[in-house]
Amino acid sequence: MIETELGRCVAAFCPGATGVSGVARLSGGASQETWTFDIVHPAGNVGAILRRAPPGYGASPSPSRAAGLDAEAVLMQLAHDSGLPSPRVLHVLKAEEGLGRGFIMVRVEGETIARKILRDDEFAKARPILARQLGRVAAGIHALPGAKLPKLRSMTSTTEIADLAREYRSTNWPRPVFELALRWLADHDPGPSREITLVHGDFRHGNFIIGPDGVRAVLDWELAHFGDPMEDLGWICVNSWRFGGIDKPVGGLGMREDMFAGYEETGRKVDPDRVMFWEVMGTLRWGIMCGRMMQRFRNAPDHPMEQAMIGRRASETEIDLLRLLAPREN
Amino acid sequence: MQDEPTPTELIQAVADFLRAEITPVIKGHNAFKLRVGINALDLVTRQLALEGPGDTAEAARLKALLGIDGSVMELNRALAEKIARGEVDLDTPGLKEHLWQTTMDKLAVDQPNYASYKRELGN
Repeated sequence: MIETELGRCVAAFCPGATGVSGVARLSGGASQETWTFDIVHPAGNVGAILRRAPPGYGASPSPSRAAGLDAEAVLMQLAHDSGLPSPRVLHVLKAEEGLGRGFIMVRVEGETIARKILRDDEFAKARPILARQLGRVAAGIHALPGAKLPKLRSMTSTTEIADLAREYRSTNWPRPVFELALRWLADHDPGPSREITLVHGDFRHGNFIIGPDGVRAVLDWELAHFGDPMEDLGWICVNSWRFGGIDKPVGGLGMREDMFAGYEETGRKVDPDRVMFWEVMGTLRWGIMCGRMMQRFRNAPDHPMEQAMIGRRASETEIDLLRLLAPREN
Repeated sequence: MQDEPTPTELIQAVADFLRAEITPVIKGHNAFKLRVGINALDLVTRQLALEGPGDTAEAARLKALLGIDGSVMELNRALAEKIARGEVDLDTPGLKEHLWQTTMDKLAVDQPNYASYKRELGN
């Protein structure tokens, strides 16, 4: 049934298109869906992705943090136009098309699964260059022209500490290690950044499409906001995104210095102390998200066991916080 | 008294069946969910074996650290509040060792293959 609406929609924005084929749902929860399909065109089919909130689902799973699908479309197009690895946006959905809210973009071929990127032979040539490349890409995101950016929330280290403390307390489960991390963050809060830029907000494995040649696209701008650019560099170093490659902080791919070098090639500056602060913040943030996943599991009518098991991953962030804040003598 | 087999034996038997007989014939997203399910059963097996002694030792450490009595949950709440208020920190004798031991005990149940845990086990 989605084929009918998609076919009609595609015919309207893509002259000559005769319909769609190979429509398949990729992932997402009830309120956010991702679909893959081909636009059938006499000049050659075009691989496409639909990202949408279906009709009736206005809100995102984390409404206070989400940028919104309209803003995501603007950001992706802007990134694409600035020469960053980002898919071209083909169409922003209109209410009368009956597909809900969202947008259609070009499908970029490649891999998003970290374990494959870190282990498969196909990516052997890409792995050594990715940390530096990702540094350059982050710098490009942080340099996107402010005047063209959509309306987004603003966040500072201080507001984020308060948010995390509130979210942690709402789980009503005592975690002395998280308390220790909250104290550390409050004691080491660097205050507002000298420079406020666009921050991707979820710059990590899973949101990168990687090919044998390197980064092909950065996806999922749902958590984009204005804030300290060093946040993105800290988040990608969180141990949970190293997928076992714990001695290579940048997503299990390379060293912080590689990423910093790529970042600074563009003329932007890295503040390593702030990056480390955001890595601690990010580790705690993922841990608290795991705890909230447990609550969602308990409250959801179908008790999804994946969410239940993510709840049991909070302890991974506890050991990583201890390794950061209270390392043992070897 | 409940009869045999034990909960651990029952769960292991189910997990072994799913691993050996069902995994090879399931594909796609359900194969992923099956793997998650088997992981959950294995986790429960580890918890049944390790939780009792772990909690007993944890409660003893907490009582010594805090100088109060209570359930392991009450003691954890008390420690969390003391850290939040700054009354206990990493300079407090015994805190660091307690947090490390408690966290290692959690990982032994939750995720014994987690790379940070395996690294720290070797230390």
